Parts: sequence; structure tokens; C-alpha cells
Amino acid sequence: MSELIWLIPLIPLIGFIINGLFRNTLPKIAIGFIGCSVVLASFLMSLLLYFDIAALRDSGQVAEITMHLFDWFTVGQLNVGLSFLIDPLSSLMLLIITGVGFLIHLYSYSYMGKDGGFGKFFAYLNLFIFFMSVLVMGSNYLVMFIGWEGVGLCSYLLIGFWYKNSSYAAAAKKAFVMNRIGDLGFLIAMFFILVTFGTLEYNGVFSQAAGMTVGDSTLLIITLLLFVAATGKSAQIPLFTWLPDAMAGPTPVSALIHAATMVTAGIYMVVRSNILFTLSPVTMEIMAIIGLATALVAAFIALTQNDIKKVLAYSTVSQLGYMFLGLGVGAFTGAFFHVLTHAFFKALLFLGAGSVIHAMGDEQDMRKMGGLRKAMPITFSTMLIATIAISGIPPFAGFFSKDEILAYAFQHNPLLWAVGFITALFTAFYMFRLLYLTFFGKFRGTADQQSKLHESPWQMTLPLVVLAVLSAVGGLINWPEALGGNFALAGFLAPIYESGSAYQVSLTLSHSTEFILMGASALGALVIAIFAYNKYVTRAGVPLQEGSEQGLLHKLSYNKLYIDELYGALVVKPLNQLSIFLYKTIDRLAIDGIVNSVCAFIVTSGKGIRQLQSGYVGFYILMMVLAIVGIMIYGILAI
Amino acid sequence: MENIVDQIQGVPLNHYIIFCSIMFAIGVTGVLIRRNIIIIMMSIELMLNSVNLLLVAFSAYRGDPSGQVFVFFVMALAAAEVAVGLAIIVMVYRNTKSVDIESLSKLRW
Repeated sequence: MSELIWLIPLIPLIGFIINGLFRNTLPKIAIGFIGCSVVLASFLMSLLLYFDIAALRDSGQVAEITMHLFDWFTVGQLNVGLSFLIDPLSSLMLLIITGVGFLIHLYSYSYMGKDGGFGKFFAYLNLFIFFMSVLVMGSNYLVMFIGWEGVGLCSYLLIGFWYKNSSYAAAAKKAFVMNRIGDLGFLIAMFFILVTFGTLEYNGVFSQAAGMTVGDSTLLIITLLLFVAATGKSAQIPLFTWLPDAMAGPTPVSALIHAATMVTAGIYMVVRSNILFTLSPVTMEIMAIIGLATALVAAFIALTQNDIKKVLAYSTVSQLGYMFLGLGVGAFTGAFFHVLTHAFFKALLFLGAGSVIHAMGDEQDMRKMGGLRKAMPITFSTMLIATIAISGIPPFAGFFSKDEILAYAFQHNPLLWAVGFITALFTAFYMFRLLYLTFFGKFRGTADQQSKLHESPWQMTLPLVVLAVLSAVGGLINWPEALGGNFALAGFLAPIYESGSAYQVSLTLSHSTEFILMGASALGALVIAIFAYNKYVTRAGVPLQEGSEQGLLHKLSYNKLYIDELYGALVVKPLNQLSIFLYKTIDRLAIDGIVNSVCAFIVTSGKGIRQLQSGYVGFYILMMVLAIVGIMIYGILAI
Repeated sequence: MENIVDQIQGVPLNHYIIFCSIMFAIGVTGVLIRRNIIIIMMSIELMLNSVNLLLVAFSAYRGDPSGQVFVFFVMALAAAEVAVGLAIIVMVYRNTKSVDIESLSKLRW
């Protein structure tokens, strides 16, 4: 298997080429079959690869498979190769990408069935899988950067999939521009890495970095820039506003790209470079604070949103904030564990929301839903599992991963834990609010919609069920020691942290403290769930209509803290003004002026000189004679 | 041959030069100021022949016959030139019903 790892990204690329070229000629069933089967093939290979890696781990060997495809370019001392590295971290990421990716492809076959851009959609999805697997498989920062840029491109293409709607196209542009700011950070960080270490290969960089001192200023700059890149891709303050807008894309896209895989690229990158980050405590501190602030702000906004996908989008931002909190306090495994479980339950939530939207005839406003429990039993039960999982109620997956992060946060600083805990309560509230408004109470839509309510076909419910099972049992992967487990995931990932093990933080809390923390968050989530039940089911509260009187906090939350408006006033408007100024003054007056006056000079001088061409033969001869006489005089004088 | 050379040398060289210069100047002036194409052709012939005469004179004074050979070539060339030139004049006349050189001023901007 290890010689064939290049097939994992290549097969989806072939799928992209076939589906892209023949999107209008192939029948839908063929496009769907190609689109799904290439990802399934990649998934099966990733699974084999995972077993290979696991076998290497068990036998105590170095669990790394590297494959050098070819030298990409060589400049002086610098040699960058296109090479792949499979280790425990990337093999797990590959499993998520291709596994969840396959389920979402299957789901899309039915969800996008009636869309005119069916072939285009599958081509883009395949291309995304290709770039995402390149991102996690690369063995140096440049190959990661190829994937990093490529997934950004796919994200742009898929957000703007229905590009005829100008607000969707604007959302795509926003995502692209904001990602670009982050990408610049990545690029500059790469230059710094190159100057400092002389190589971009992970092995070379990390082994050299391990010899540096804690708090080295170059490492500080590199990690800060890498973190800027992560804030762009993983939607953290201040670059997070693109992710909620990215919900303009089709729902499977939101599930695959903007929940399960692409947005976790930032976390993958930080976990991969963990040695650099552990050596820069300042960056870690900033990362923890930004992550926590993002988690809190996004959860606060999610409390009052009425669009079912917007709630989930802000929830994603909030959960990503948790992951960065985990990274910042040194819980690298915890953060990656949360990436895994989040991929399961958030993809499930998005797909469930897609199923609801499908049944409601493209209605996304939760105020017009309600009582869907009976019409859509499978969607309801799987969504229920996902909601419990994300809210952090044991024994479902979200509880364990979130709790591990919170435990590390508590050890770092109890204040961080307190804010994280409040955010967890917010999370429980908005998720149960979503569940109750959608599936409980009376139906609030039109009679026409009610008569057409239906459970989705098997292609859509099968992924839901699989993901629900994973969301339910995902916690087993890293069962905590306090509950009799052995942190299996941490053990599996250990080689990733080897070079920086001297500086790694480990959990030293006593088991009783851990029990108290776990109990507090589980109990808090349960209480909030009951509170939400009372508010939205027993008293049948429905969010207020547009434009009605709201309290100050409610208003702030409903209007997303006016962050979009703030950015508009601070960045977009001045930039537009500057562009207009540059256009009118520099471009029109200066540059156009120079070009136009050159033209005018040539026209005027041409007008003058053409008088010489009079057309009279006599005049020409006179000129000739005068010229000859002139030459003769010159010759005589010169001699 | 001796006889002809002696006869040519009977006139001082300066006279030949002055005479030829005057004849050449007359030719140039004719080309410049006359508007009748035929007269312009004739003036060109005048210039050619003044040069021929000068060549012959120098050749005789230096005792070098190649100058006279040149003259034969120039005369042959002049005959060809006249043939072409006259043909052009005939065509111009057919097209413009005039032998005025100013009638050919169409070829300007």
C-alpha cells in the first residue's frame, strides 16, 4: 500500500477531470457514480493505509511512510520536492476527509438531483477532495500550501455555486478575500521558515527547531504568521465573518467544506507544527485568548439567529474557537480529538438541516418550521443525537473532546475554563433551540408545504445514520483516563509530539477535579436543555418577527454584534474611497494623462511634418538638390 | 586617335570644366522650374551629356581611355532611360490629357 499512496489524491483528481469535461454529456447516474466511487476508492485506500500505520505503531517501529514523487524545483541550496508524508496525524485526517467526504457525496447525489449544475457540482467536490488530501499528505510546507490554496479555491467555487444570485456571489468573494489575508500570513511564514531553517521539509524544520530555546523571537514571528493563516482558513476573530456568509453554498458543501474538513485545516497545521508553537508561549497565549473570544462571540450570535444554517455556521465558528483554545493551552490531542468528533456531529447537523430544507421546499427560516418530528423520524433522531453530542452531554462524542479541552484550560487558568463553560451553556441552548423549533410544536409553514413534507430518500438518510453512530460512539477514540480509559488517540498520535516532548503540557489535575469539571459541564448542558424545552416547547415560544421590539443584548446578538457593519465602515468603505480616489486622480489624471499627451504629441508633430509631403515633383527635386548641395558642402568643409 | 586627343587638348581643361558646369546648372534649373514633362526629360539629358563631355575631356588630358568607355555606357543607359521615360510620359498623357508635371500631385496625403 505504501508505494501507492499517491493514488489517494490522484483518483479524485481523475474524477474531477472526467466529471468536469463531460458534465453536460454524461447521464446523472454516471456522474454520481464516478463522483462517489472515486472518493470511496480513496477512502478504502486510506483505511488500508491507516491499518499499515497502526501495525507499524504496534510493532514499535517508526510510524511514518514518506514518498518522494519528484523534485519540484531546485534553486541554489533550496530543493523543494513534491513528496508525501503519512504518519498517524495525516492518516487520521485522510480518514475524515475521504470517509465523511464519501458520505456527503452520496448525500449530494440525492440532494442536488434536480439541480442544473449537477455535473459541475460533483466535479468541484472531487477537486476539493483532491486538494484537501494534498494538504494533509504533503511532507513540506509548500505542498501543504498548494492544498491550502486549492481548498480555498474550491470553497470559493462552491459558495458561489449558484452564482446568478448576486448576494451568493458576494459571499463567495468575501470568503476568498478573507482567506487571502490569511494565505499571505502563510506565505510570509514560509519565507521566514526558509531563511531560518533552510528547508521547508517538516522533518528538517522540526528537528532543527527542537534545538532552539523557548521564546525565540524568530519562532515567535513564524508562529504568529502561521496563526494568522489559521485565523483566515479556520474562521477565527478577526477573519471569521466569511464563514457564516459561506452558507450561501449548497448544504452538502457547508457540511463538507465549512464544517468537517477545510475549516479544520488551520488546526491540522498547528498540530503538525506543534513543536514551533510550544516553543513560543506568547503565540500560544494569543491563540488561546482569540480562540476563546471567537467561541464566545460566535455562540452569543448563534443564540438568536433564525436561519437554520446560520445557527449551524456560527456554531461551527464557535467550535473552531474551542479547538484553538485547546491548541493554545497545549491540548493538541484534545483539539485534534475535537476536530474528529466535530467532523462527525457537525457534518451530521448540516446534512440533517439539508434534509429539513429539502423537505420544506428550500425554506431555511426556523420560524416557519415546527413539528417535523413525525414526518421525518430518521432525520429527527439523528439530529437529536448530534445535538446531544455537540452540547456536551455524555456519553456522546462531543462531551469527551470538549471536556478534554476544558480540563486543559482549567489547568492553564480557571478563568479560561469559566468563559469556556459559559460558551458551552450557550452552545447547548442554541442547539436545543434549533432542535425544538424545527421538530417540536406545531407546524408553522404553509399548508402546501405541510402536504409535501416527506422523509428523504435512502441516499440522504444513510449518511445521517452512519454519522449519527459515529457521533454517538466517537468518544471511545480517546476515552479519558479518569473514566478508566487510556487516551488511545493521544497514544496513537504520540510520534507527532516527540520532538517537542520536553516542553509539552500534560494533564496533572486530580481525577476528582476532573470529575467535578465533567459533572459541571454535563449538568449545565442538561439544565439548559430543559430550560430551552420549557421556553420553546411547553410555552411554544417562537422567535419574534422581523422589526419587532428587542432588548439590547438580543438586538446585539441578532445583528451579529454589528461586526459586518463595523468592518464595512472600517475597512471596506475606506478601501472603496481610496480606490475611487486612485481611479479618479492617479489613473484618470496621471496615467491616462501621460498616455494621452504622448499620443497628442505624435499627432501634432505628424500634422506638422506631413506638410513636407506636398505631392509636387518639383518640390521633391528641389529638396533633393538642396540635400545634395548640403552634403557636398559638408564633405568639402569636413575635408 | 592621336589626332582627336590633340584636338581635344587644344582647348584648355578649365574651359571644359566651366562649360560643363554651366550646362549642368542649366539642366538642373530646367528640371526645377519647368513644368512640361518633356522639357524636364530634355533637361535631364542635358545634365547627362555635360557629365559625358567632362569625362571625355578628363580622359583625354590624362591619357586614359577608360573614361571614354564610361561615356559609351552612359549613352547606352541614357537611351534606355529615355525610352522608359517617354513611355511613362505617353501613359501620363493618356490618363491626364496633359504633360504638366503638376497634374501628378494626387499622390500626397
